[in-house]
Amino acid sequence: MNSKNSEKLSKIKQLVSKYGIALILVGMVILMTILKPQSFPSAKNILNILNQSAIVGIMALGMTIVIISKGIDLSVGSVLALAGVVAASLSQTSAASIKVFESLGQQPIFVAILAALAVGAAAGAISGGLIAFTGIPAFISTLGMMTIARGIVFLYTQGQPVSKLSDGMLFFGSNVFEVIPVPVIVYGIMIIITAIILGYTRFGKSVYAIGGNINAAEVSGIKVKRNIVLIYIFAGVTAALASILFTGRVASVHPGSATGYELTVIAATTIGGTSHSGGIGTVWGAVVGTLILSVLTNGFTLLGIDPYWQQIVQGMIIVGAVVLDMRKNAKKA
Amino acid sequence: MSDIEYILEATNIVKKFPGVDALKGVDLRVKKGEILGLVGENGAGKSTLMKCIIGIHPPTSGEIKFDGRQLNKFSTSDALSMGISYIQQELSPIEYRPIMENIWVGREPRNRFGLVDHKQMYEDTKELLLSIGMDEDPKMLVRDLTVAKQQMIEIAKAVSYDAKLIIMDEPTSALSGSEITELFSIMRKIKQEGKSIIYISHKLDEIYTITDRVVVLRDGEFIGAKAIDEIDVNQMIEMMVGRKVTDLFPKVKCEICDVKLEVQNLSSGKEFQDVSFDVREGEILGIAGLVGSGRTALIETIFGIRKRTAGHVFIDGQEVNIKSPADAIANGMAFLTEDRRLNGIFPMLSVKTNIIVANLNNLINKTGLLNTKLVNMKSLEYIDAIQIKTPSQDQLVMNLSGGNQQKVLVGRWLMTEPEILFLDEPTRGIDVGTKSEIHRLISQLAGQGKSIVMVSSELPEILGMSDRVVVLSQGKLTGILENSDELTQEIVMQYATNNMS
Repeated sequence: MNSKNSEKLSKIKQLVSKYGIALILVGMVILMTILKPQSFPSAKNILNILNQSAIVGIMALGMTIVIISKGIDLSVGSVLALAGVVAASLSQTSAASIKVFESLGQQPIFVAILAALAVGAAAGAISGGLIAFTGIPAFISTLGMMTIARGIVFLYTQGQPVSKLSDGMLFFGSNVFEVIPVPVIVYGIMIIITAIILGYTRFGKSVYAIGGNINAAEVSGIKVKRNIVLIYIFAGVTAALASILFTGRVASVHPGSATGYELTVIAATTIGGTSHSGGIGTVWGAVVGTLILSVLTNGFTLLGIDPYWQQIVQGMIIVGAVVLDMRKNAKKA
Repeated sequence: MSDIEYILEATNIVKKFPGVDALKGVDLRVKKGEILGLVGENGAGKSTLMKCIIGIHPPTSGEIKFDGRQLNKFSTSDALSMGISYIQQELSPIEYRPIMENIWVGREPRNRFGLVDHKQMYEDTKELLLSIGMDEDPKMLVRDLTVAKQQMIEIAKAVSYDAKLIIMDEPTSALSGSEITELFSIMRKIKQEGKSIIYISHKLDEIYTITDRVVVLRDGEFIGAKAIDEIDVNQMIEMMVGRKVTDLFPKVKCEICDVKLEVQNLSSGKEFQDVSFDVREGEILGIAGLVGSGRTALIETIFGIRKRTAGHVFIDGQEVNIKSPADAIANGMAFLTEDRRLNGIFPMLSVKTNIIVANLNNLINKTGLLNTKLVNMKSLEYIDAIQIKTPSQDQLVMNLSGGNQQKVLVGRWLMTEPEILFLDEPTRGIDVGTKSEIHRLISQLAGQGKSIVMVSSELPEILGMSDRVVVLSQGKLTGILENSDELTQEIVMQYATNNMS
């Protein structure tokens, strides 16, 4: 009896260590369902949570790849704003009283999207290039990019919000079939794409190798520098994609938009079990980490708890998640 | 096509690092289908030469021909794709990834969509592992393997490149007897396929068992090449160590008195077992052995850095229980670490701060603040006493030469007024001139009655400095030798390789 019990216990322990962070999400969902059986588990609320997750969630996918490679990207919030104002400026209607480009007629939506993606990729290429070719730490390179990109946003918009956007752009903030938010669909597609990149391409395997042991990666013939540039381009592109959803949703991009988003994104990634020592992390972790933050916000709102508490709890979850992971990954003696 | 006999021809390879000539015009030829042993002392340039051939360090000058082709600027990935693979001395696994991804990283099999084919990778790995006698699950994380198994994975990886030349840099340092036998049978199989192996090892019995020919390097120079059946152990060791012991070691004969430190049956896990010796006041005790013999672990254990798993330590006849470096310091011990950059100096701080940092408690005044007057006086006193060459005591330590940095560390420890000093490779990477100054300093300290325990890879240093020599081999004490004129490097080497024929 006793041995059976202890066997059961060790099985539970294994389960907890393997799915630890997902179990916390499940626990939160169960708790909320018990506390708010009417409002929390409704389809509308769940879609709302997913919709709220999409922007941070997409950037967390990029951040996961960056952090697995033992890097960091502080610039994603500013890059979102920059890509956002560029996309918005190219999709202003003639009804706008303040236009970034006075004489520019309304552009097809794909022009705005491509321009945003190009901005994101370029910012990532510069950050990644600096890291790979000058050897400066990712923290510094992306801190520089964060500040520079924000400066360009203000210069570009002259400090004015960019509004009166075309229907094509507003589509990204709307629902298809009246129910499913477009951001949720985009998020879903990006999860699948990132999971494939990370799990099933040589690039993905190289990311783990570079973060896990850069010396081994080099000796195995991996082109480390080129891969580092690609990693930051990917992160920049996720910020640009997020910027389209952001622009579609808010319909008017303020130059100060998305300030501090990078920290939320890093928090979501970290809670999801991606290790800052490199070489460890999964796409599913990034999704779970993002959802934990969204359910937390949603739950606090539904329960009517002072939103300031949310920050305190969020901070505790970040630290707790990392302590948990360190213990899980500690070398077996 | 006259050069077809050789797979690799490296001619007149020179490699200069800032301040060091690591290779001074070395020739290395490897025939097709031979196992070539490469031997030499630590610092002879073996690993540097290999790194030139694999493209990690481009040589400063010289010519490398592989498979009849002249190699100019080339990268590691070029070398790999041409058919040279390299098993590094230090293991470098990607710990949190499965075995199969470690083996195929950067060249994973892909399906027709260009995606990584995990099933194929799994099958290939399974087959590869079986071919070298392993049956681990390819999906196992490398971190969950023993060091020996990790080493075998590296070997599997090298084999999987289908290389024409495999370089093995001390591959057996972590392997057990049966695993070594397994490795040798793999090596013979590779050789039968007409491929070549460069085999670097300190274990001369292995060199005799497996190689066809041996090349000896010393001090970055080519000393000779011999067929293995035309050279005996003594000749080989003589070629390796060669140089005469000169007055590089100004040993002052010291008054040797009572036993200061006694170690009985000391063990620390797998590092070393059942080691006993003693050190007297005023004595310099050398500890010799090959890399991995447990030399450093031994003194680290006495000093409380590593956990002692068995045995006793006595100071002045009293048993002491040292559990941490703080305990050791309180018992009058000091420890000069092997890697001063990693564990010793604070490069961005001044000479003064570096000297006083281990002794702050004795330099504060009544208010608990540092007594700057006393600090300046003390630091100048030690700079003077051990002749540290620095323009001022406020100079940053990073601006001093390696030898003077080492002296700063000696000064730091002397200020704690220790009675027993452990020195781990005290002159590694230090130029010859400063070396003898450090040696003179060590002699002086012994002359003052301090007990010195010195670990060194350099046999001339051991023989030039020590009163007695403790020799370790693979974690076991193989001899405590009185240092007399009859004691030669050859004898110490035989104890160190545990080859006392």
